[in-house]
Amino acid sequence: MVDYLWIVIALPLGMAVFNHFFGSRIGEPRAAGPAILAVLGAFGYAAVASLDFFASEHASEEAVTVVHLFDWIPGLGAGAELLWDPLSATMTLVVTGVGALIHIYAVGYMHGDPRFSRFFTYLNLFIASMLILVLANNFALLFVGWELVGLCSYLLISFWYTKPSAASAGKKAFVVNRIGDFGFMVALMVVFTSFGTLSYTQVLHEPGEIIGASTATAIGLLLLVGAVGKSAQIPLYVWLPDAMEGPTPVSALIHAATMVTAGVYMVARTGAIYGLSDIAGGVVATVGAVTALFAATIAIGQRDIKRVLAYSTISQLGYMFMAVGIAGYVAGLFHLVTHAVFKALLFLGAGSVIHAMDGEQDMNKMGGLRAKMPITHLTMVVATLSIAGIPPLAGFWSKDEILAVLFAKGGYFIALWAVGLVTALLTAFYMARQYFLVFSGAPRWKDGVQPHESPRIMTGPLVVLGVLTVLVGFVNTPFRLGFEHFLAPAFEGVYLAHAPDDGFLLVALAVVSVAAGVVGIAIAYLLYNRAPEETRRRLLGRVSRPFTAWEHGYRVDELYGRLIVRPGLRMAVWNAEAVDNRTIDRLVVGIGRAVWWMGRRLRPLQSGFVRSYGALLAVGTVIVVAWIVVRGL
Amino acid sequence: MVTAEWYMTLAAVLFVIGAGGLLLRSNALVMFMSVELMLNAVNLTFIAAARAHGDIGGQMAVLFVLVVAAAEVAVGLAIIVSVFRTRQTASVDDLSELTG
Repeated sequence: MVDYLWIVIALPLGMAVFNHFFGSRIGEPRAAGPAILAVLGAFGYAAVASLDFFASEHASEEAVTVVHLFDWIPGLGAGAELLWDPLSATMTLVVTGVGALIHIYAVGYMHGDPRFSRFFTYLNLFIASMLILVLANNFALLFVGWELVGLCSYLLISFWYTKPSAASAGKKAFVVNRIGDFGFMVALMVVFTSFGTLSYTQVLHEPGEIIGASTATAIGLLLLVGAVGKSAQIPLYVWLPDAMEGPTPVSALIHAATMVTAGVYMVARTGAIYGLSDIAGGVVATVGAVTALFAATIAIGQRDIKRVLAYSTISQLGYMFMAVGIAGYVAGLFHLVTHAVFKALLFLGAGSVIHAMDGEQDMNKMGGLRAKMPITHLTMVVATLSIAGIPPLAGFWSKDEILAVLFAKGGYFIALWAVGLVTALLTAFYMARQYFLVFSGAPRWKDGVQPHESPRIMTGPLVVLGVLTVLVGFVNTPFRLGFEHFLAPAFEGVYLAHAPDDGFLLVALAVVSVAAGVVGIAIAYLLYNRAPEETRRRLLGRVSRPFTAWEHGYRVDELYGRLIVRPGLRMAVWNAEAVDNRTIDRLVVGIGRAVWWMGRRLRPLQSGFVRSYGALLAVGTVIVVAWIVVRGL
Repeated sequence: MVTAEWYMTLAAVLFVIGAGGLLLRSNALVMFMSVELMLNAVNLTFIAAARAHGDIGGQMAVLFVLVVAAAEVAVGLAIIVSVFRTRQTASVDDLSELTG
């Protein structure tokens, strides 16, 4: 079964090629058929292939399989090799599972788009790229997937490229990702010079015997630069909010559920190296904590329904970074899985709302949609409560585990735990704020908008994701650590941080974090549902300064614009003016002019009279002969 | 006794006559004949030198010059004839279009 693992990648890739050439001829909606079937097929294959992990209990050696397809770059130790272990299986199932639901949803959401089939081409290409990323057995192949998802992200963000904002958002995402990729590439070079190979099998098997702590720190920090770019952490998070210019299924698939988790996956995958360096791990966790809090505050001030979710994604990714930074890989990946489910649901729900409101994304122009969209409303409630950390939904279990692991680590990490707790409160607040603004209260719709429930093909995935949001948390509860056992073979020989054993402490931590969530929701309820419009405005007016800062995302974009973009632009303009126009152009034009001038001077010699040429020839000959006679040869 | 100097002198006189004709006459046909005169003046020096030095190389050179001159005459006369047909003149002073 595992021997033919390449099928998982080949299915969506093949369908992407197929739809590229024939999609527009097949037309809507049939072009979506093969695309959805390909992803479902990949999911089915991966699901069956991962059954082996359950069958062979505690036989961790057998749970890790390397599938060698062909030699690729032997000098780098980089064959076309796929790694099938519980970690890559988890990622594959998330990517294809959530991906398939979003594919189905997109059939309804993209209905009527002139480039309908092209959209599915890109979606399939993205799935294939992401699978290359997670299934690679060496850093070179990982890098191929890494770049390919960046490309797909660019293609899909600027899918509506006639909108200037979408086109520039695509460019921004690509450029910012390239900055991260630079650090990633340097990391690969350091890995190669220290290990002489890029193969996971050699690099990640007891790296402590080959490299010291300082090299591990260097590799860890450089990998973090790449992860920060791809997973939208401070300081490279700025591309993700703008990425909301893309169609909503893209936001759900790429910018919430899958691609942005690549950084988390990569840190977890290279856990053996991070295990050698407390500094690198500490930096990862700190970056995550700062990002989590920072993005959560910005989310409070957003008016655009999708931008709230974008900042929420950044914040939740910060949680995952906190977890993987302290080697709480199980907690981090658990949150990755649950977040993929409920964030996809939130985005698809938001898409359903936007669809109903004729493309309106401003939450101030919504309200009172509860009765109009019962299915969307119900699933959004589930997802909102889940991300707010209300038991027994998925978000509660995973977020609580991260906080517990942080607390158990102790020392400096207690501070990060506190940050996480505050973030949990803020998360509950801004998500509840979004819920109340969109679904409750009086309608503030624009004239002529007639909200309606979305078609079944869109609500179907919502319901499936809603059910999953309720259930998926139970795979790893403190009562039964199923997910941890499942993942164990992938982290053989890697240090893992655990939640405290003490049952009382666990319950106490859970109560505290749930309380934070409840308080957040309660404040939002009082402020955005109970309080009259006037009171709210007065209260918000008192905190207008921070609120304005949040609304504008602390003006980080302006700051980057002033610090990096504008000096860069100025340098480019200077280069174009002084170097290109005034130096190189003048040189080239000057040579041409000199030749032209000389030619004009010499032209009269060509009189056209043969006899004058003859006379010149004779005179010349006489001079030469005279020279020879007088001076000798 | 007729020595090689006599031939050389004659050749020089013929060459100068030819060169003068080339520079002073404007009829292409006459100029062409002048060129032939100059060529044959040179041939004469080759023959005389070959005879004086008892070296066959000079005669060889003359044969080459004759062959090349014959080919050149064929091409040159054809050009002059076609120019005369199109322009009713063979004066090189009228053929001065190729000017800088």
